[in-house]
Amino acid sequence: MANPNSVDVAVMRSMLSRARGLGSAKSGTAHWWAQRVTAIALVPLALWFVASVIGLSHQPRAAVLHWGAHPLNAALLLALLVMLLHHMQLGLSVVIEDYVHVPGRRLMAILAMKAITALLLFASVISVVRLAVSF
Amino acid sequence: MSDVREALMVGRGSTGKQVRRPLSPHLQVYRLPLTARLSILHRITGVGLAVGALVLVWWLVAAATSDGAYATVSAVLRSPIGYLALFAWSVALWYHFCNGLRHLGWDFGHGLDLAGARRSNMFVLAGTAVLTVLTWLIALAAQ
Repeated sequence: MANPNSVDVAVMRSMLSRARGLGSAKSGTAHWWAQRVTAIALVPLALWFVASVIGLSHQPRAAVLHWGAHPLNAALLLALLVMLLHHMQLGLSVVIEDYVHVPGRRLMAILAMKAITALLLFASVISVVRLAVSF
Repeated sequence: MSDVREALMVGRGSTGKQVRRPLSPHLQVYRLPLTARLSILHRITGVGLAVGALVLVWWLVAAATSDGAYATVSAVLRSPIGYLALFAWSVALWYHFCNGLRHLGWDFGHGLDLAGARRSNMFVLAGTAVLTVLTWLIALAAQ
């Protein structure tokens, strides 16, 4: 840049015509808030789950079935899975938004990630229900 | 103007004079401070834990399916690579856990100054180390 005073700075401003009429989405904090709420829920749930897995780690499948058949464990597992997968989906969306710059590809990546997360949730919820009613 | 990138570097100083804006930290040459390293580590561990969530669901589905399916998961997780992955996930989990608590503290306005951030750096690192060691001591003692 030879002479800084001669530089046209119009590029620094967004066009009013582009900004006008877009308005507020009115849900700007929803993502942020959901991430915090799920994070707070995951603090006790993660502690409980790690303690449970340590207890089960040296035992055969029968012990896992017995553990999962207890309604309290099944309820906590469902809470963990919903909070964990929702929290995961919120975080991965932001990661994809940050690093995938081509709009079409970005949308495809987010939709694929959400579809996989939903399937993981359904598969794990069915499994928990099956454990809960198996005894 | 020779380059569009130059146009993006133009700003105005407090006196109104046009200035060339300072360059933001250049990731290849700028030595990131600890707070910045821990910040990106939160995202890296989060993505790693998402992979761990896949295995968690696999474990649950296998437990609900059959003895054979459960034996397969057990064998994979008890292989050397399985133990390595479990160890990595435990570190990632406790790091994300401790740093997540720090983020919640920041959300309430606690420790947002540099001194506070440096103190919580140590809390996060020490918490991760203590919880990881504790997890594996209890887990290995139970075997």
